[in-house]
Amino acid sequence: MTLTTSRPAPAARPKVAKLGRPNFFVYATLAVFVLGSLFPFYWSFLVASRDSGMLTERVPPLLPGGNFFANAVEVFDSVAFWKSMGNSILVATSVTLTTVLFSSLAGFAFAKLRFRGRDPLFVFIVVTLAVPTQLGVIPLFIAMSELGWAGGLQAVIVPNLVTAFGVFWMRQYTVDAVPYELVEAARVDGCSMIRIFWHVCLPAVRPAAAVLAMFTFMTSWNDFLWPLIVLDAGNPTVQLALEQLQSGYYTNYSLVLAGTTLATIPILIVFLLLGRQIVAGIMQGAVKG
Amino acid sequence: MTVVQAPRRDDRTPAVPPRPTFRQRLSKWDVKFSPYVYIAPFFVVFGLVGLFPLLYTAYVSLYDWEIGDDEPPFVGFDNYVQLFGDGQFWNAVGNTLSIFVLSSGPQVVIAVLLAALLNTRLRGPTGWRIGILLPYAASLVAIGIIFANLFGNQYGLLNSILEMFGIDRIDWQAGTLSSHVAIATMVNWRWTGYNALIVLAAMQAIPKEINEAAVVDGAGPVRRFISVTLPLLRPTLIFVVITSTIGGLQIFTEPKLFDVGQGSNNGGSSNQFQTVTLYMYQQGFENFDLGYASAIAWVLFLLIVVIALVNFLITRRLAATEGGRR
Repeated sequence: MTLTTSRPAPAARPKVAKLGRPNFFVYATLAVFVLGSLFPFYWSFLVASRDSGMLTERVPPLLPGGNFFANAVEVFDSVAFWKSMGNSILVATSVTLTTVLFSSLAGFAFAKLRFRGRDPLFVFIVVTLAVPTQLGVIPLFIAMSELGWAGGLQAVIVPNLVTAFGVFWMRQYTVDAVPYELVEAARVDGCSMIRIFWHVCLPAVRPAAAVLAMFTFMTSWNDFLWPLIVLDAGNPTVQLALEQLQSGYYTNYSLVLAGTTLATIPILIVFLLLGRQIVAGIMQGAVKG
Repeated sequence: MTVVQAPRRDDRTPAVPPRPTFRQRLSKWDVKFSPYVYIAPFFVVFGLVGLFPLLYTAYVSLYDWEIGDDEPPFVGFDNYVQLFGDGQFWNAVGNTLSIFVLSSGPQVVIAVLLAALLNTRLRGPTGWRIGILLPYAASLVAIGIIFANLFGNQYGLLNSILEMFGIDRIDWQAGTLSSHVAIATMVNWRWTGYNALIVLAAMQAIPKEINEAAVVDGAGPVRRFISVTLPLLRPTLIFVVITSTIGGLQIFTEPKLFDVGQGSNNGGSSNQFQTVTLYMYQQGFENFDLGYASAIAWVLFLLIVVIALVNFLITRRLAATEGGRR
């Protein structure tokens, strides 16, 4: 019934309705881009699943061979891959947990609590977004050496406990998601601040926290320069283990690309499972930022 | 009534107990100090990894500071003087700018066009968006290795394809321009889809009425895109350009991994693709000259600020064509 009533609407302005209807060309172009997105992953798996002789063939094969597991086993033998996997999981998980917690707390304070200096302090945080952290690696390295942390995972975790982006992101979301009335009501009922945060604010900002968690996990998992500087070769993250695989005197590409495939699979699975939210998060952030 | 009476009773007996209980005082402190506790972690961490390093980098850059030195000698601006006469540094600056232009330029243009395609009424829009964003999930290191392989001189897929068409192989790593193109390709592959989604979000925020009005006025799709969509995208385009400037000028992972094997900090046999950050890394953590590396870091920082500003002005100009009501 509703269908029939709503039908005349598009007919009323036919010209405009035609505006955004994609044709074959649009789909074809997008398909080319998606294939281009996929191709390097596929190529990496293709080489990883054959022996390195494949690369010397004039016309490379199109389908994977059966050597992937043999190559993967060799990867585990030649670098500390399990250890690096464990390190990366530990680092990325702890960084994600603290970033989400501290950012939500700070976001709650900036969005819903009144205190002296709130606005200037928030502006300060936004300005720090522009400071490239990469440039601080030298003094940071000196500091970590002084502390005796160089080589340990805490040297990778502590500098990333919370980010300006995280605070900014959670604040923007909290402003709309948590009504003042609710906070006031909870206060009148004698709730402590931390309980208000935990029971009123956090449930309301869960979607934004989830997006922040995914971003943080991916960024941390993929970090390269800082771990390269501060960690020892014997205690690598996954990215460092990959680099070690590649930088040997003799490069066996089947082995190296088996390594990249192994390191990509977990994050790719996460991405495909949560892709919808990640896309929504990026688009939402763009509108607000 | 009772409400009015209550405080009066308090006034009469100021010293005797119905004063704030411990609980009440606790609650007052809670309200007063909690906000500061909640925002403290950021400021502590930023102090440690943002502010302190920036200032300390400036300090270190004034010393001849080598790793393991107990009392590094003060050298004033010697590091900077040496840096400005350092051919390898200027070469790195040139490489960085070249790679930056080759990546950011096409990236922004393609991202805007891609966003326009995604902004049509597609079937399964989320699926397409995820597909476009896929490279963003890839590890930079994995991508660096995979592309180094694709662009390989002897066994690279690209050269095999060129050969199939009867074109000579290109030694991608050896040439200056060719290596820059290859590295820019990695950057573009990773970031174009991400930027397209950001632009797409801004496109979707444009009110439909504006486009409809343009249709009524007889504007074709191209005209509408140039005169309506682009000006309204200006803030987003500025954002995309600035972020890609900051990222692009710090490029490190891609050039480091593009050189297979030992000596990868050189950025090729004649430093043809050594970027500023790569040079900084080499000076600091291969040659252990932290003072000199810090001077590089500061000059790079200033360079980023200047170029980001120039880009900001250019983008504002470019997108400010007619109809720039915002």
